[in-house]
Order: sequence, then C-alpha cells, then structure tokens
Amino acid sequence: MTAAKPLVNGLSAYLAAQEKKDLLRFLTCGSVDDGKSTLIGRLLYESKALFEDQLAALAADSRKVGTRGDDVDFALLLDGLSAEREQGITIDVAYRFFSTDRRQFIVADTPGHEQYTRNMVTGASTADLAIILVDARKGVLVQTRRHSYIVALLGIRHIVLAINKMDLVDYAESTYAAIAADYRKFAGTIGLADVTAIPIAAVRGDNVVAPSPRTPWYRGPTLIQHLESVEVDQERLQQQAFRLPVQWVNRPNSDFRGFAGTIASGTIRPGQRIRVLPSAREATVQRIVTADGDLDEAIAAQSVTLVLADEIDVSRGDIIASTAALPQVADQFQATLVWMSEQPMLRGRSYLMKIGARTATATVMPLKYKINVNTLEHVAASSLELNEIGVVDFEIDRPIAFDPYLENRDTGGFILIDRITNDTVGAGMLRFALRRSQNLHLQALDLDKTAHASIKGQKPVVLWFTGLSGSGKSAIANVVERKLFAEGRHTYLLDGDNVRHGLTKDLGFTDADRVENIRRVAEVARLMADAGLIVLTAFISPFRNERRMARSLLPEGEFVEVFIDTPLAIAEARDPKGLYRKARRGELANFTGIDSPYEPPEGAEIRIDTAATSAEAAADTIIAYLRAKGKLDA
Amino acid sequence: MKRLTHLERLEAESIHIMREVVAEATNPVMLYSMGKDSACMLRLARKAFYPAPPPFPLLHVDTTWKFRDMYAMRERMAREMGMDLIVHRNPEAQRLGINPFEHGSQVHTDLWKTQGLRQALDEHGFDAAFGGGRRDEEKSRAKERIFSFRTAQHAWDPKRQRPELWRLYNMRKHKGESIRVFPLSNWTELDVWQYIHRENIPVVPLYFAAERPVVLRDGAWIMVDDERMRLAPGEKPVSKRVRFRTLGCYPLTGAIESDAVDVGGIIEELLLATTSERQGRMIDHDGAASMEKKKQEGYF
Repeated sequence: MTAAKPLVNGLSAYLAAQEKKDLLRFLTCGSVDDGKSTLIGRLLYESKALFEDQLAALAADSRKVGTRGDDVDFALLLDGLSAEREQGITIDVAYRFFSTDRRQFIVADTPGHEQYTRNMVTGASTADLAIILVDARKGVLVQTRRHSYIVALLGIRHIVLAINKMDLVDYAESTYAAIAADYRKFAGTIGLADVTAIPIAAVRGDNVVAPSPRTPWYRGPTLIQHLESVEVDQERLQQQAFRLPVQWVNRPNSDFRGFAGTIASGTIRPGQRIRVLPSAREATVQRIVTADGDLDEAIAAQSVTLVLADEIDVSRGDIIASTAALPQVADQFQATLVWMSEQPMLRGRSYLMKIGARTATATVMPLKYKINVNTLEHVAASSLELNEIGVVDFEIDRPIAFDPYLENRDTGGFILIDRITNDTVGAGMLRFALRRSQNLHLQALDLDKTAHASIKGQKPVVLWFTGLSGSGKSAIANVVERKLFAEGRHTYLLDGDNVRHGLTKDLGFTDADRVENIRRVAEVARLMADAGLIVLTAFISPFRNERRMARSLLPEGEFVEVFIDTPLAIAEARDPKGLYRKARRGELANFTGIDSPYEPPEGAEIRIDTAATSAEAAADTIIAYLRAKGKLDA
Repeated sequence: MKRLTHLERLEAESIHIMREVVAEATNPVMLYSMGKDSACMLRLARKAFYPAPPPFPLLHVDTTWKFRDMYAMRERMAREMGMDLIVHRNPEAQRLGINPFEHGSQVHTDLWKTQGLRQALDEHGFDAAFGGGRRDEEKSRAKERIFSFRTAQHAWDPKRQRPELWRLYNMRKHKGESIRVFPLSNWTELDVWQYIHRENIPVVPLYFAAERPVVLRDGAWIMVDDERMRLAPGEKPVSKRVRFRTLGCYPLTGAIESDAVDVGGIIEELLLATTSERQGRMIDHDGAASMEKKKQEGYF
C-alpha cells in the first residue's frame, strides 16, 4: 500500500474527536425503483466505507449482472445472500455501517415490497430516523404512505423525505415543493411531525454530502448534514422517568447482590429511591457498579449493575423504576400487533410474550380490527395473517409493569413466540391497560377449591378427551361418568351437545372459531374444577396449542389428557352421525381429518386404543388411573 | 446533558446481549480465537458480569496451524481471566494429518474448523456459543442475526432465522438445537481498534508491523512461522516489514506491508486503508458467495 499520509491534526487529536462521536441508527424505506440501494451505496462511497477490493468486486459484478450498463450498480453491493441475488430483490434486513467526522451511523436496509412488512418493522424497531424515498417523477405513492404509517407505528420521530431522481425532472423546484407539501399533509394525519424534505439525485450525489449547484433554490441541509445533526432518541429517553428491566441477578458470593440490566430510560444516582415492579417493594440505590469503577450517575442505554441498600426480593423480568413516576401494572392490555408468521394469529390462542426480560403467557382476546396499511382503514377481522397489522386485546397470566410503547420502546414493545415452533410470530406495541384489569383485585374467597372438593370426598380433576370425530370420545366419557356417579362421585360432562347450543353457539368451525371454542370450554372446566368437580370434556380439540392452553389453566396433576386413538379409517367406517360421508361429498367444510388437521397428543396421560378396547374396559382403565393418583380420596 | 459515545453504545449493547444469553441458555460457551475481536469479547464479558467472573468457559477450536504468538496469547488470557479453557482438535483431522499445503484451504477449514466446532459443541452439550463475527466483515454477514439458530445438525437455514426487534431476543429452542451469538454484530473493524485503544486491551503482537520472514503467494505475503512451512522449489523467504489485519492459520493468512507499530498507528492506517480486512483471508475467495455456503454447512 502507499505510504501513509500524516493526519492533519495528529493522531491523538483524531482519537479524541472520535471519542466524542455519537451513534445514529436509521432506516431506509423505498423500493428498488426509488433508488434506495443506490442511495445507500452512495452514502457508503462518499463516507469512504467502501474499499478498493469491494469496489473492484462491485465493478465486476455490475458488468456481469448489473442493470446500469457500464456504471457501477451500487444495488449489488447490498444484496448479500445468493438466493436473493438470483431473485433480484432484497428480502431481509441488512445492516450497513459508515461514519463521518461527526457521527457514526448504522443503516437498516429493508425492502419495500408489500409482503415484507415484517422486515421493515424489524429494521424500524431500533431506528431513530427514517429516510422515506420517493421518485420525483412519481411523487407520493401508496407504498410511501404504507412505509410512513409503519414508521409512525414503530415510534420513529424524525423523517427525511428524500425526493430522489431530481436529475430526471430537471431539478425543478416546483416538483420538489409539490411533493413535499403533499407528503406533509399526509404525515400530519398519522402523527409524524418532524419531516425534512431534501431534493437529491443519488446517482450523481446531488445534496447527499455537498449542496448541489443544480438546486440553487434549495437552502436546507444536505442529507448528510441533516443526519449529522438530528437529535438521537437516547437524548429524549434520558429525560424520562427511570426504568431498568432486570436482566440478571449477579450473585457471585453472599456479600454481593447486584441487579444487572440496560437502562431503558431516565437517569439514576446512588441515594435515589426506587420501586420494584410488579412486587411494589421500595428501596434505595446504594451503588452503581461497573468493572471500571462505581458510577455517580448512569443514563439511558447504559448497561449497569445496581446494588440496593435494602434487602428486597428482585428477580429477572422485574422493572426497577423511579418512585417519582411509576409504570403501570396490569394483566390485560390493548396493543397494536404486527403478525410475522405464516400461521395466522387466532383469537383465544395463547403465545409466549417477551417484554423486557420478562416472558409471560399471553392469550389473544377478540381482535378489535385490522388496519389496511394502504388506506389506513379499520377492517373487522377475526384473525391476522402474515404481514397484517391489527389492534388486539391481550390477557396475560400475571400482572406486569409497562409503559405505553410510544413513550418507551423497551418497556412497551414485546414479541410473541409460538409455544410449539418457538418462532417469533408477532411484534406488539402496548397502548394501554384495559380498565377492567387495572382495577382487578382477586377476591380472596373464604371457601377455596380444596374445601369444595373435600366435602364431596374427592379431588378436582379435568379429564380432557381428545380424538377424531367418531373415535368414541363421548361414548367412553359417558361410561366413565356413569361409573363415577354410581360410586357417588360429583361429576359433569361437557361435550358438543351441551356446549354448542349455548356457550359457544356463536362459533363455527373455522380454525379461529375452534380455538375460541376450546378456550371457552377450558375456562368453564377450570371453574367447575374450582367447584371441586370431576370434569369430563369430550371435544375433538384438534390443536396441540389449545390443549396445552387448557392444561396451563390448571395446577400440575389436575389436567389429565385422554387420547382416544382411533385411526381415521376406522372412525370414518363407523361414521355414527354420517358426518364423514357429508364431508367427503364436500357438504361439510373444515372437517377434522378430511380438510382440517388433527394434531395427535405427544404426552397424553392416558391413551386408549379403541381398536383393541371396549368402551367399558376403557372406562375402567381411566377410573383406575384416577384411583391410583388419589383423585377419588377425600 | 450527558451523551453516550458510539463506543459506549456498542459496549452497552454487547453487554446486554451477553447477559441475555447467560440468563436464558442452559450451557453457554465463548469461542475464543485469540484475534482482536475475541480480545474485545473477553473484555466485554468481564464487564458484563463483574464482579463475578464470566459464567462460561472459553473454547478454542484448534487447527494446530495457528501462529505461535496466538498460542502464547491463549495461555496468557486463560490465566488472567480465571476462566476454564477448552481446546478441541478434531481427532479425525489429526489422524489424517490434514494441512493446508496438501489438502487445500477448503478441506483444511472444513475438517479442522467446521467439523471440529460441531464436535466440540456436541461433546460438551453447549447450547449457545458466542462468536466474534461482525456484520461489516463480509457481504453475507450484513444480514446475519445477532442470534443465529442452528439445527441439531448445526445447519444454518437463512429462511428460518428469527426477526430481532428492539432489544428482545427470542432464545427458545428445541432439544439439540443451538444458537450462535454475535455480540459484536454492530461493531466495525475501526470500532474494534478504537475500543482496544480506549481500553488498553492486550492483542497478539502479529497485528503490529515488524520485520518477518515471508513468501509471496497468490499476491499475498505468507509468513514462515515455523519449520512446517512448505516452500516451493526455488522459493526463498524474504524479510519484510509486515503486519496482519486478521489472524487465522498462518499458511492461509496474508500479511500487509505496514509501518503501524502500535494501536494508534493501526487506526491511522485504517483511516487511509483502501482494501477491506478480509482480503487477506484466502478462504473467502473460494467461490461465489463462499462465506454464505460455509455458514450453511456450519462454519461459524
């Protein structure tokens, strides 16, 4: 390499200046046609984040597969994965890095196609600013609105409207002004207040770094000037109330107990009073411990370890908050949800919710509406599909502390995780607690479940029968109930006949309705178990997720899954109600085993093979199980 | 108002990631390769869990072909950090005497590193492994997640990676599956050196320019680090003032001519650099999208 030129102000001055640089994370939204990749390539090139070997490789690639003739096609630089390269579109989030003398930048590059809302949401979740690209020849399009809505939803406060390809409209001020005015009008309606419109030509570099001589009428900042000076969100967060989600309890020995986490907002100093939520215990901060020595003060975005002066119980997932301004505590919320899975979100289904360092079980209550991201209209819906956005009520299995998302991303943003696939299936933003849950105080009842059951000389249990239609669930459950009744036991059998006519008569047989049906049955079974009864339920209950949800409502040992294992061929041959014949003729849609799946249990307590066992013998097996588990003792 | 610098932000993010892994993984491990990125990771691990020592061991997947200086650094750091160090060498590669001269870089890397890493993870039942990979290193890495999921067969499926929102990482996995975690994902090469400078972190002296015996191969200066180096007929080592931007197996790692004798000099050189750091890595040039292919096969 060539001999190094000495740095202008010397190395130590340079290093000192570097120390003062801060970090801005931003997102670019737009389609390939808007010149998004060209813009990012231009930013990297101008800030010298591209090296000779990368440029050489790029030039070679451009000649081979580029779309710009002999010119360097910056878009190729950004298409990382070979599968995507073949498709000619980016289908994921890529992160790019560059810096100027004043700031360091991380760019989330996300594709603009409609089906990839998921990626844009992911990129936007960590960004302070969004660049919305429009083609000067086309102006504000449907996709511009869609991108802006998502950006507003994710709480990004600063928008750059980059009006690109000004070279193709002869750098006309009137074009720029019309598009900027059009956009501002729309932005106001979705709560985007800070919009900076910049006329650029990314291909030629106009107004990207230096002011362009071709737009003498434009007196605002160039793109880089603006990116270098805009306020980062961390400064806003620092002025808010103190929040620290506890990630890890550091306890190397009996003399030290520290609570480690990343400060979500505010500042903290030793001597300050804090409250731990949801337990509501208070204490005083004694030390802020780091490996570089104790701190006098720590601020938002720092990862620290707090030592408290008082011995109180704190664990992972708790929030340490300033006593001056507390987060809310609730177990029912309304949230905006972006669905990220190919399996739709279903009402009544439960998911794992990770918020801060807390993981809880969240059950979807009725979907309020979904949002058409192109028109922003509210549309009635009962499920959310991949890339759809909706407003949903949730119920959580325990109270948690939170802030509304638009105030604080870290204490108001959550992900939903499928309990079986473990995939991240949704991203949510908490809006507010439902009033009924804020005032929720469980009534301490004088007579508890044990009392209810012991007067009946038994222990409560739910026998959950599952199997195909015609497998013999109801027949066997009936025999079990009859035998228990003969012994003087207190029982109740829930099946389609006594439930479908009342409790769930508003539900059909779609997947979403099946999930809700089972949720209601499970809740009723739980109440009946509370009353001390032996409850039998006989429903196909085809989905593992819902059976797991039902199980989770009851204490360990009180839920007994009974798998009536009858092969489809046998059940169909029996066809006691003629339903299989109807389904085969296409007169009955969503019939389990025919055009709707049955997921057999993996860990059922009891499995009955009906090909080899009579209903009487099966009932005896089940009752013997109850007796062995002590359920029939007082 | 106090402002966090970019290095402070990056440091906080890396610490957050490490704590999250320790809180949720059953049996985490940190891959240690003695390079500058590993050096930063070690320092960050110390900070994340201070005053406790990092609650996981270090794992070095050895190829027996690293520079001698790197082995010296490994022993020194294990001692100073007070952490357990596991060294794994693929017994099959050892039995077959796999080396870069006879078997080429692909076979060498696959057997020693890719297979070796799988063996070590399986043998010890590690379910999360920290690695020093950064997104700015290579094109296909720009899209790599911080938490990268591997099947029970250690394969990486680009279509099944999870979206990462905010500071929320979904670490749930099925039995046998594992996660590679990259706490330095958002760091650049320059950030790493600036951090080494700020924190005064010890690094292998090979990063600094010195007179070293080298031969020119395929346009790269290869150092003759020990007597196992095979010279072509007529090939003669020359003494050059060189340093390394990345460190790997010495026969596969190209040096650059340089006068940077300390960290400040390296940062100065980086600012004027015209080539990317992986240029010296011979394994990246094995074919189109080669890094991506290696990743799908289980390379870190």
